[in-house]
Amino acid sequence: MASSCWGLPELMCEFPSLPNSTLRHMRMGIDDGFRGIVRAYSDQIDAATRPLQWFLNTLEHAFVDTPWFIIFALILVVVWFASRNPKIVLGSSMGLAFIGIFGLWEDTMTTLAMVTVATLIAIILGLPIGILMARSDRMQKILTPVLDVMQTMPSFVYLIPVVVIFGIGKVPGVIAVVIYAIPPMIRLTNLGIRLVDKEVIEAADAFGANPRQKLWGVQLPLSLPTIMAGVNQTIMMALAMVVVASMVGVGGLGKNVLQAINNQFFTIGFLNGFALVAIAIIFDRASQAFGKRLQKHSEAGHD
Amino acid sequence: MTDATTNTDTGNRSGIEIRNLYKIFGARPKDYVEKVQAGMGKEELNDKHKHVLGLQDINLTLPPGKISVIMGLSGSGKSTLIRHINGLIMPTAGEILYNGRDVVKMNEEELREFRRHETAMVFQKFALLPHRTVLENTCYGLDIQGVDRSKSEPIAKKWIERVGLAGYEDNYPNQLSGGMQQRVGLARALANDADILLMDEAFSALDPLIRMDMQKVLLDLQAELKKTIVFITHDLDEALRLGDKIAILRDGALNQVGTGQEIVLRPANEYIAEFVREVNRGRVIRAETIALPLPEGELPKMKVKASSVLEKIARRMADAEVRTATVVDAANKPIGMVDMTTILTAMVTPASVEEGDDEVEEDSAA
Repeated sequence: MASSCWGLPELMCEFPSLPNSTLRHMRMGIDDGFRGIVRAYSDQIDAATRPLQWFLNTLEHAFVDTPWFIIFALILVVVWFASRNPKIVLGSSMGLAFIGIFGLWEDTMTTLAMVTVATLIAIILGLPIGILMARSDRMQKILTPVLDVMQTMPSFVYLIPVVVIFGIGKVPGVIAVVIYAIPPMIRLTNLGIRLVDKEVIEAADAFGANPRQKLWGVQLPLSLPTIMAGVNQTIMMALAMVVVASMVGVGGLGKNVLQAINNQFFTIGFLNGFALVAIAIIFDRASQAFGKRLQKHSEAGHD
Repeated sequence: MTDATTNTDTGNRSGIEIRNLYKIFGARPKDYVEKVQAGMGKEELNDKHKHVLGLQDINLTLPPGKISVIMGLSGSGKSTLIRHINGLIMPTAGEILYNGRDVVKMNEEELREFRRHETAMVFQKFALLPHRTVLENTCYGLDIQGVDRSKSEPIAKKWIERVGLAGYEDNYPNQLSGGMQQRVGLARALANDADILLMDEAFSALDPLIRMDMQKVLLDLQAELKKTIVFITHDLDEALRLGDKIAILRDGALNQVGTGQEIVLRPANEYIAEFVREVNRGRVIRAETIALPLPEGELPKMKVKASSVLEKIARRMADAEVRTATVVDAANKPIGMVDMTTILTAMVTPASVEEGDDEVEEDSAA
């Protein structure tokens, strides 16, 4: 061994690490302690996640059990009201038709329910956190590294504690997806509010606006385009994470992809993958067009 | 009441009294106030202590119902000074008294109420709310006060019409030109019905012609409204056009305070003289200022008002081909006379100001 080290003494050859036994004890101690805590509070954890479980199931049933043409029409109506763009509606209907024709409708509905819940939670949590972050530099200093960890930590890694705490199933899946998808929501809310024109804020101050009036009357409306970009990113990341979350028992398209990987089912893998891409594009175009419509006032040049 | 003004034509209204105002920027401004008050200069403070002296020992009375112009170049502290009046910036030391209350001592809630009801502000870059229409922008101050839209909209509409924007109520600011946007800014401030109107380089971002236009709008409005206006500008011509009282600020200190005529005729120092040099004196100096004593015997036939500016008088006299005129006061009573030579002498920039430097050079060369 030492030969590969230009004959240097061992201390300089191999990075001095803690002895293996210490590392093993540490590992076991933390894991066991963590499991113990989880076991001790399992009832409370169950109770806390029950509303989420109920919400998920209800929405999934609603999506899956409703006749396909109603959902089909509903999605197109939502897309129309968000974008007011016939091209996007047409593209969406083609995407949905593709999904249905290849027999992926039901799995897609399961995934859609999952992504909807995860995105809603990400927005509900992310928006106030982003606002807090924009209001205090200290908060920003604390939260930025946390968000960095959330975004760079391989998603498989935090599936582990999520599974330890919540077990296998939809709820841990949604929680993992939210953790993965919430950072852009927080970051872009923060950025959007911080980028609001200082002069306009000063004008609000000069007219005696209190912090609440400033937030709702000036900061949020003016940062809405950026916040909408955050929502868009959150949806995209949630869709990407749904595949990974299938490893902890989330059904839908992700599960099919996972099976395809395990069995080398080339066609199934791609069809399910494309189905995900199709909903991703529908969501993306609709939410972006909606975001653009929100800033209509700033686009109109004077004539 | 600390400042129940003696000015009778504006009744018992209070002006704004700025007393011993200091503003130091930096990490620990309070620590240096005393040293600055004891005479430490701007350079020493900056070089040795890394603090910037923004304003030093400002004492200024802004009379009620008048337009007071604070003039200075960029970096002179004029924008900092106007922001002290509504507490957007708090001083390091000093008082700002209005109606017997010190703005500096107000707590947040009092300050908000003060801003909502006593002041309104117009900004250099308009600072309109881009997501609100012209009408909604004009309502903004009243929205903040909690006034119901059913009450505020008629008020807003009235002011939009008054500034000449009728028909644009439903446009967004981005659809308007700069001049029109600033009219919205003015309407928004006026809709607040506040006594104090703060105008921070309000017309500086506008084209010269539109600027003149807006100056006229402001003067017309003021003739009717008699608000206490504080107007910031870097343009002496604008200051002379608008200001009942002009304060010249340089490096955070007041250099001269007076009427336009006083400043043009008797600049307090070289710096101000330099400014004044470029001014069209014929539009500033009035007949009463240069009137000669009434002559013995017959008075000149042409009569000119004491408050007329020389340019106007000169034109009238040239048209009528006369060389002398009688100056009469508001009651048409003769108070003096003017002749062409006096007018011309007063209108051209005096040699001591215009060519002072050149002459010195010639003398020393000779």
